[in-house]
Amino acid sequence: MSAVLPRANELTTPERGVWVAMRRDLRLAVRSKGELAQALAFFVIVVSLFPLAIGPESALLKRVAPGVVWVCALLAVMLTLPRIFQSDYLDGTLEQLALSRYPLPVLCAGKMIAHWLTTGVPLAITAPLLGLQFGLQGRELMVIVAGLILGTPILTMLGAIGAALVLGVRGGSILMALLVLPLYIPVLIFGAGAAEASMAGVDVTANLSLLGAMLLIGMVAAPFAAAAAVKISLD
Amino acid sequence: MALAADAVTLEVKGLGLARGSRCLFADLDFSLVSGHALILRGPNGVGKTSLLRVLAGLTIADSGSVVLQAARVRAFAPHVRDNVLYIGHANALKDDLTVQENLADQLALDANDVTLADQFDALDAVHLGDRRDMLARRLSQGQKRRVGLARLRLNCGLAHKSMWLLDEPTNALDEQGSALFVETVNRHLSMGGAAVIASHLPLGLSEPVAELQMQERA
Amino acid sequence: MNLFKYSAPSSFYPLAGKLVPWFGTLAFVAAVIGLYLGLFVAPEDFQQGEVYRIIFIHVPTAWMAMFIYLLMAGYAVLALVYQTRLSAMMMEALAPTGAMFTAIALWTGALWGKPTWGTYWAWDARMTSTLILLFLYVGYIALVNAIEDKKRADKAGALLVLVGSVNVPIIYFSVKWWNTLHQGASISVSQGNKMAAIMLASMAIMAFACWMYSMAVAFCRVRAIILEREGQSQWVKSIKEAVS
Repeated sequence: MSAVLPRANELTTPERGVWVAMRRDLRLAVRSKGELAQALAFFVIVVSLFPLAIGPESALLKRVAPGVVWVCALLAVMLTLPRIFQSDYLDGTLEQLALSRYPLPVLCAGKMIAHWLTTGVPLAITAPLLGLQFGLQGRELMVIVAGLILGTPILTMLGAIGAALVLGVRGGSILMALLVLPLYIPVLIFGAGAAEASMAGVDVTANLSLLGAMLLIGMVAAPFAAAAAVKISLD
Repeated sequence: MALAADAVTLEVKGLGLARGSRCLFADLDFSLVSGHALILRGPNGVGKTSLLRVLAGLTIADSGSVVLQAARVRAFAPHVRDNVLYIGHANALKDDLTVQENLADQLALDANDVTLADQFDALDAVHLGDRRDMLARRLSQGQKRRVGLARLRLNCGLAHKSMWLLDEPTNALDEQGSALFVETVNRHLSMGGAAVIASHLPLGLSEPVAELQMQERA
Repeated sequence: MNLFKYSAPSSFYPLAGKLVPWFGTLAFVAAVIGLYLGLFVAPEDFQQGEVYRIIFIHVPTAWMAMFIYLLMAGYAVLALVYQTRLSAMMMEALAPTGAMFTAIALWTGALWGKPTWGTYWAWDARMTSTLILLFLYVGYIALVNAIEDKKRADKAGALLVLVGSVNVPIIYFSVKWWNTLHQGASISVSQGNKMAAIMLASMAIMAFACWMYSMAVAFCRVRAIILEREGQSQWVKSIKEAVS
C-alpha cells in the first residue's frame, strides 16, 4: 500500500486542533455579543430576585449568599449550553467537525474552552459585585471567584455532554436540564461549600482542592465523552 | 501535486441500511478507484444521502462493509478523516462570519494551509471575489453553494483529500456554477482522486463515470 | 455454553419467556416468607416499637435502587463496547423498576421518619443521595423516550448512564461531605449494630424477593421491547402467526 497522501502531520497536532475550534467559537461569540450579555444579565437579575423574595434582612442575606450565587451561576451556564453544538448541528458544521483531519475530541476540547471563556469567566468576574449586594466581604468574595473559576469549567464539560446528547430532540432544553442538573450537584456542593467555609472562618482548601480534582478528571475524560455523544447524535 | 495512481480504493460489499422499519438499501455492492466518479441516482427519499453518510462513516450500516484504502470505514477512523471530504445538503456556513472567514475555517478543518492570496483567487474563480467580506447570511443559496466549491478547488492541492462525497452539489447553482463544479471535479479526478456524487441532474463529467440507480423499496 | 448465543434478541426472547414464571414464583414465595418473618416473627424494637418494621421494605428497596443503576451501567458498557442491542434493551427494561424502587425507598423512608424523628423529610446524606439517584433514573428515562430513533436512543442512554455512574461515587461522597459540614440538620440513621439474626434473615429474604421481582419484570418488559423493535424480522412474524 503506497502512501496515500502527504499526511499533514505537522499541521494536525492536537494543540492546533484545539486552537482551530476555539478561535472559531470565540469569533462567533464575539460577533453575537447579545448572547454573551444575555447570560450575564440573567445571572444578575435572578440573583437580585432573592432579596425581594426573602426580605432585606442583612444577616439572612449574607447567610444564603453563596448558595444563591452558585445556584444562579449554575442555571446561567445551563442556559448557554445549547450554544456549544446546536447551531453547528443545524447548519451542517458538526458533520464537518466530525470529518475534520483533527480528531473530534480535540475539537470538542477547543469548543469547551471557548464556551468557558465566554460564560464561566464573565460569571466569575461579575459574582463579586453580586456578593457585595449580599454583604459579603473581601476574602469571602475571593473564595467565590476562585470556586467559580475552578467549578464553571466542570459545568461546561458535563454540560457539553448533555447538550450533545439532546441535539435535534424535541423539547431538548428542558430535557438537557434533567440530564445535567443532577450531575452538577457535586460542583454546587464543593463550590458553595468553599464560600460557606470562608464565611465560617474555616479552611477552604479542601473544598477547592476537590473542585480542582474534579476539573482534572473532567479535562481528561470529558472531550472524549462529548465527542462520543456528538457521534451518537449525528448517526 | 497529483495523488498516487492507486490513491483511492473504495470497496462496498453487501451494504444494507434500514431507517425505522423501512429498508433503504440492501446487499449493495460496488467499488471505486482513482480517477473514477460514481453518480448516485434515484428519486427523493431513496437513501442517497444515507448512503453517502454511511460511506463517510457518519452513519453505521446495519449490514455489510465499506472498505476505504484497505481499512474498514468506522466512525472517527483517522484514515477516513484523512481521505474523505463530505459536503452535505447543509453548507456548514456561519451566518455571522464573512465569506472569507467561513472558507478559512473550512480549510482549517481540512488542515489545508492556504495563503490568503490563494483564498482570494479561489473566491474570484467562483465569482465571490467581490463578496468575500460580506456576512454569509446575505448570500443567496447558490452563492452559499459556491463557497463549498471554492473549498473543493483549494482541496486539489497539498492537503488533497482523495475521496469526495458530495450530496446534490449543483443544487441552487446556475449554469455557470455547474460548469465550474464540473471543471473542479474533473481536475480532482485527473489528479487521481475519486468521487461519489448524489445528483438528479446530468453533470457532464469528462472522466470515467459510473452510475448507480437506486430503487424505491417496499 | 456459549453465553453470547443469548445476546441475540431472537434466542433471548424464548429463554426470557421460560424464566419469567420461575422468577415470579420465587419472588412471590420469598416475599411471603420475608414479610411473615419481618412482620410477625421478628421481635419488636424496644426503642422504636412496631414502626421499625418498615425497614423490611425500606432497606431492600434502597439496596435495589443502587444495584439496578450499577447493573444498568454494566449493560451500558456492553452496549457501547460490544454494540449488543440486547444490553441496551435490558437497560430500558430495568430503568422503570429501578426508579420505582428508588421512589419506594424514599417514600418508606419518609413514613419511617415521621414517627421516629418527627419529620417526613430530613436532608440526611443517604436520603439526599437517593433522591439524586431518582433524578438520574428520571433523566435516563426521559432521554430514551424523547429520542425517536431507537438505535440512537440506545446509545445515548448508555452514554448517559455511563457518565452518571462515574458521577455516582462523586455525588455520594459530596453529599456525605456536605452533610457532615451541616451537623445541625443531620440525624443519625444507623439501625444499631446489634440487629437480631432473625431481622437480618428476613431482610436478606426480602432483598432476594426484590431481585427476583426485578428480573421477572425486566424480562417481561424486555420481551415486549424485543417484539416492538424486531417486528419486521422473520422470527417475530412466525411467532405472530403461531399465536393467531
